[in-house]
Amino acid sequence: MAVRLSRRKLLAGASAIAGASAFPMPSIAQKAPFKLGLLTVKTGPLAQGGIQMEQGVLTFLKEKNYMMGGRKVDFVSADTGGNPAGTKTKAQELVERDKVDVILGPLAAFELYAINDYVIQHKTPVLSLAAADDLTQRKPNPYLLRASATSSQAMHPMGHYAATELKLKRVVTVVEDFAFGYEQMGGFQDAFEKDGGCVTKKLWPPLVTPDYTPYVAQISDCDGVCQGFAGSNPLRFMKAYASAGLKYPVVTGETGGDDALLKSFGDEALGLVSCCPYTLDLASDGNQRFVDGIRKDFDVIPGFYAAGLYVNCQVVDAALKATNGDASDKTKFMAALKAVSLTDTPRGPVKFDHLGNVVGTFYVRRIVKEGAKYGLKLWNKTIKTYENVSQFWTWPEKEYLAHPVYSRDYPALRKC
Amino acid sequence: MTFWSLLTVNSITFGGLLFLLSAGFSLIFGLMRIPNLTHGSLFMLGAYVGATMVGGLIGISTDFWIAALVATIVVAAFGAVIERFLLRQLLGNERAQVLMTLGISLMVADFCLMVWGGDPLNMSTPAHLGGFVRAGPLAFPLYRLAIIVIAMIFAAALWYLLDRTRLGAMIRAGVDDAEMARVVGIRVSRLFTIVFALGAGLAAFAGVIGGPILSVYPGLDQDMLPLALVVVILGGTGSLLGSFVGSLIIGFIYNFGQALLPELAYFVLFLPMLLVLILRPQGLFGRQMP
Amino acid sequence: MTGRLVALTIGAIVLLTVPLWMPGIYYVNVTSQILFYAIFALGLDVLAGYAGLTSLGHAALFGIASYATGYILGLGAGHTVAIIGAMVIGLISTAIFAALSLRATGIGFIMITLALGEILWGLAYRWISMTGGDNGISLHGRPAPFGIALSDANAFYYATLLVFVVSLAAAYIFIHSPFGAALRGTRDQPRRMNALGYHVWMIRFWAFMFSGLLTSISGILFVYYNQFISPPTLALTSSAEVLLMVIAGGAGSLFGPIVGAALVVIVKSIVSGFIERWNFLLGAIFVAIIIFMPDGLVPGTQRLLRRWRSAAKTAKAAKTRSAS
Repeated sequence: MAVRLSRRKLLAGASAIAGASAFPMPSIAQKAPFKLGLLTVKTGPLAQGGIQMEQGVLTFLKEKNYMMGGRKVDFVSADTGGNPAGTKTKAQELVERDKVDVILGPLAAFELYAINDYVIQHKTPVLSLAAADDLTQRKPNPYLLRASATSSQAMHPMGHYAATELKLKRVVTVVEDFAFGYEQMGGFQDAFEKDGGCVTKKLWPPLVTPDYTPYVAQISDCDGVCQGFAGSNPLRFMKAYASAGLKYPVVTGETGGDDALLKSFGDEALGLVSCCPYTLDLASDGNQRFVDGIRKDFDVIPGFYAAGLYVNCQVVDAALKATNGDASDKTKFMAALKAVSLTDTPRGPVKFDHLGNVVGTFYVRRIVKEGAKYGLKLWNKTIKTYENVSQFWTWPEKEYLAHPVYSRDYPALRKC
Repeated sequence: MTFWSLLTVNSITFGGLLFLLSAGFSLIFGLMRIPNLTHGSLFMLGAYVGATMVGGLIGISTDFWIAALVATIVVAAFGAVIERFLLRQLLGNERAQVLMTLGISLMVADFCLMVWGGDPLNMSTPAHLGGFVRAGPLAFPLYRLAIIVIAMIFAAALWYLLDRTRLGAMIRAGVDDAEMARVVGIRVSRLFTIVFALGAGLAAFAGVIGGPILSVYPGLDQDMLPLALVVVILGGTGSLLGSFVGSLIIGFIYNFGQALLPELAYFVLFLPMLLVLILRPQGLFGRQMP
Repeated sequence: MTGRLVALTIGAIVLLTVPLWMPGIYYVNVTSQILFYAIFALGLDVLAGYAGLTSLGHAALFGIASYATGYILGLGAGHTVAIIGAMVIGLISTAIFAALSLRATGIGFIMITLALGEILWGLAYRWISMTGGDNGISLHGRPAPFGIALSDANAFYYATLLVFVVSLAAAYIFIHSPFGAALRGTRDQPRRMNALGYHVWMIRFWAFMFSGLLTSISGILFVYYNQFISPPTLALTSSAEVLLMVIAGGAGSLFGPIVGAALVVIVKSIVSGFIERWNFLLGAIFVAIIIFMPDGLVPGTQRLLRRWRSAAKTAKAAKTRSAS
């Protein structure tokens, strides 16, 4: 695989030299392969999600026989190493050397921030999983399309569900001490308190925390816990939580209860309620096709990283169809991307608001043992579906954007 | 009340785990003067081997303790190979040792990613150590208490090994003055291999023991190595007592620091280390550093 | 001596014509990266190679200069103010680093710098009002000295090259000055130097300051190149990476760090596009270097060349002898 890719890249490099003066030749551009770039992380600690992202793309490409919108696809995958400088270099490689039409990825918010100005300058459409709220809110990037969710988007319905259906009153939040965590918990608190709940304490463990017990020990005087951990941290948190003998119900967002973690979780995760823009449990043709494909190709259980990239590919495919395979005018192609509206993706219907963020379905699931498929012992069973969820939840856009972005101190803790 | 007792017990548990991790590091450093930056990788490798066997990823699911034993032996052998073929000729060349051990740790990390993929592996607690010990209104997880016992046993065994056996006497002689030890007829080079293998095995064992608490994931090596460094710096290198006391102190600082001074959570490990280094560069129990 | 002159001339011509023969802008940009990482590695080499003080916290100093540039620009100041300000802040931080870490040498020094680096890394995450937390600071635009816009990749390359050459020359002068000789003396014979009346601590301190100066310069180039700075740049892995550049290329030589920087940047940015397990490869390269050339690539190659030359000479001598 790697060898084949590399040869293609060599050719791409060679053709880039040959066509350095780049005459506009639309008729040839029509027939030339469509260049799809992926920024992902395949080495280091973030590789977990990054490898799944690539699997999602490859599953789509195999299913479509490497064709998108009637054009052959030339796929280039670049490993950023999970650091901002590497992401910048790899973005340059994709844009300047490989002349990609679209970039999928990157994975983390700090990676997206690192290339944000660059892709605007080069007018390269980016379809990222990175959830940084403001890039489709107060500092929108016109070339960013997000088919997954903002950091707070899944937490809004979670907050609503916790207040109205789980009937939680007092919740302690705990999440890593960085922007993704602030935005998740801000979203949860905002929606939860809107429906009468109250966040009583916010705990912020550092990114590297081998043992969460010091934080678990501070959880008291509440009737529920909201965690927003990512990567392998949810595993460790749930273990420490169970070890401390705590029994309050735990709710979480897309990373904290991801389906890809199901095979790693032990019984301590039973009962964990999560809200996610994708659920393995969704019974639809689109999802079944995706799950069967990725299981056949890679023998893995997909989570929202893989599904997110598969959906991104579907969006690119649909936009290419709409423009008759023409992606040469970046501004027009971006408009076509934003206009995409799909019904049968693995995550259900998908469309975009004017800022480029998804308006879609979010699933509240509970981890149970019954009904587990694909050889898993645990299963995320969907218990509620929220449709047409926008990044502004139920607030009007103007009112929502008038607030500062969610942070460590916003919304503030109030007395209750 | 619950808060304080939970944290106290956890501090000792965490200290025990740190002792298993750092004892080998300290011995290796003390004897061979090698800053062994592969130590986190050896810990992670042990954890991966253990998790593979316990989780039955190779078809059969083995007993936790057998898995721990196998992981220890496998990684100890790996350590012996590293020492014999890669590190031996670098004696005294500190910078070459740094580059070599960092290079190996890069390779090990990527090797683990290649073999086990990026997804974290869960490791369940051994069946007979599940559940809680209740003391009045308090409940402590049995496994975490067991770690304390295991660490104690290992501390005692290591003390016996170093203080009461011929091998131990040779190692101590080597730590004090390798040249002199050589002069009196001790085969120091063989001693190096043994100590490095012992340290590697201990790290791997700690990885398996820590598995049920930490789980196993890419990046575990980078998370654990600084902890080993902090303990050894605090306690002083080459001193078993130093790493024992250092581990306990770090266990307490880590747990209570994070809980009581959340604003300083990012600095809770390195500020004390920095203070010790500045005020007493040889550590609490160490001799003057070279 | 003439051989070295020829090599330098060829090197200068190659570097001056990079934009002409590189296949595309991307590779020019990679070369710019090699150059500013080489300055960074050179800065560490002054300390690790010539002073014998191995620092595992240099990425923090690098990051401080980057952050300072971004922060001052964010206040609305011009590029000149930002660059000078960043240098001053970088040097003050270096002085603090030096004052704290020079209490020890050897492994103690490594550990103090490591701890300082980790603390600053944590600070970059937590001091959000200053650093923007993990969302980092974005820069808008590069300076345009004398009307030449450095936003152009080639212009930026030449600017970096200029700074690189000046830095290299400064390092050369520094190393070959009496002070540089004294510095090597403190590395090899600190007690004797002390007995001879040298102020060992002060010599080390000024070496640290010079190292910090080069590090700050490269940090400023880095942030202008990337137009972005965030906490991972200060992480221990970054410090380790630059140390690897120095040792792999050859600590205690001026060209070693440059070769090391080129090696690491090329593997990270170009080879990684062809080989999926490039991290493994990088590790293997380091191990191989140490096995075959424990002093690093440049001193190792020099030794090989010397041996080869003297072998050729003896062979020649033997031949003439047998002929007569």
